[in-house]
Amino acid sequence: MKYKDYYGILGVERSAAAEDIKKAYRKLARKYHPDVSSDPKGEEKFKEVAEAYETLKNPEKRAAYDQLGSYPPGQDFQPPPDWGKQFGDSQFSSGDIDLADLFAGLAAGRHRAGPGAGHMRMPGQDYEVTATIALEEAYRGTDVELNLTVPEHDEKGRLHRVPRTFKVRIPKGATEGQRLRLAGRGGKGLNGARDGDLYLNIALHPHPLFRVSGHDLYLDLPLAPWEAVLGASVEVPTLGGPVRLKVPPDTHAGQQLRLSRRGLPKPNGKEGDLFAIAQIVVPAATSERERELFSQLAAASTFNPRGHFQQEVKSES
Amino acid sequence: MKAEPAEAVWLTEDHEFALAELAELSGWSEAELRELVDYGAVTPLNPDSSPWVFSGKCLLTVRTACRLRISFDLDPHGAALMVALLDRIHDLEAQLGSLRAQLPRHTR
Repeated sequence: MKYKDYYGILGVERSAAAEDIKKAYRKLARKYHPDVSSDPKGEEKFKEVAEAYETLKNPEKRAAYDQLGSYPPGQDFQPPPDWGKQFGDSQFSSGDIDLADLFAGLAAGRHRAGPGAGHMRMPGQDYEVTATIALEEAYRGTDVELNLTVPEHDEKGRLHRVPRTFKVRIPKGATEGQRLRLAGRGGKGLNGARDGDLYLNIALHPHPLFRVSGHDLYLDLPLAPWEAVLGASVEVPTLGGPVRLKVPPDTHAGQQLRLSRRGLPKPNGKEGDLFAIAQIVVPAATSERERELFSQLAAASTFNPRGHFQQEVKSES
Repeated sequence: MKAEPAEAVWLTEDHEFALAELAELSGWSEAELRELVDYGAVTPLNPDSSPWVFSGKCLLTVRTACRLRISFDLDPHGAALMVALLDRIHDLEAQLGSLRAQLPRHTR
């Protein structure tokens, strides 16, 4: 069994008062709780902090933890002889288990010794996990394999962390932040209680062309100056394959051209839209002939793109 | 061990849960869920009739509220206030994300 320094995780001395342990936990929970923290590693850190506090906030568990001794974090160790019996679990067996499961085992051991022993109904644990998929996968629907280490009870009702692989079908309708519930795919319920659920949080990999807002997609549409002025029929990529888009004459930069129902499918069977955002692109290198034509255009045109400057800024004179 | 592919349900406005089901899945009792409704954390789809029915999104909200209650030792009112503020933050983040998506890539 690997040692975990619960005091170190909470940043308190081994002699810390219960109130100081609570304060340290609250401070770290505020910092790392996955529902309030923007730290991408917050969830992992919070799990450590919550595990440490779960043991140290309880005087009995804290005493049992202190009796284990003190080792460098991660070092293999064995609890002293009779440690389990001393703390209420005569069937205690340390084996190759996680320290958190050891303390959960102590609590379970006391329940086993209590009235109604062995028949307590306990719903299975819910699991939550993030699946990051490509935009194309969200469009078509996809299968993902999720590898989780989850706590499970053995035949004696003891908790062990075991690796499990979940194969999950993500149907069409996914977008960033969308949640799926897979009923009964969480931990097993005890003594006939219901199994837990698996909650899947969908995240999308950034796409080189499309940007996502809900189920709508945005695409930059570069246009040559003459295409913007004269109008054009251009081919644009969509997740369902290329389509032709009619660019109307006098299209200006930033204008959004909507391709109805070419966005991501929604769970209710509808579809989001694809918006092509016009960008006027000037050729990097022009030939002599092209420059000559631009010069003729400059001479013939009365267009002043900065005409509004004079109207908006009042002269001092 | 590999499990067979499991069917999944999107937790959106299109999926509905009865009050009793919401209680079973969220970690709150029905009485506590009624408190959360009183405090405005979630609103039933049919507030004036019985039994109450909630959208799939409400399950996410009340599960979050339950996690916060346990982690920060909150009462239902404190948890309701916290999820209301988190909802506002998520709405603002979604609006920001939408505006960013509309900016041409080279100006983002």
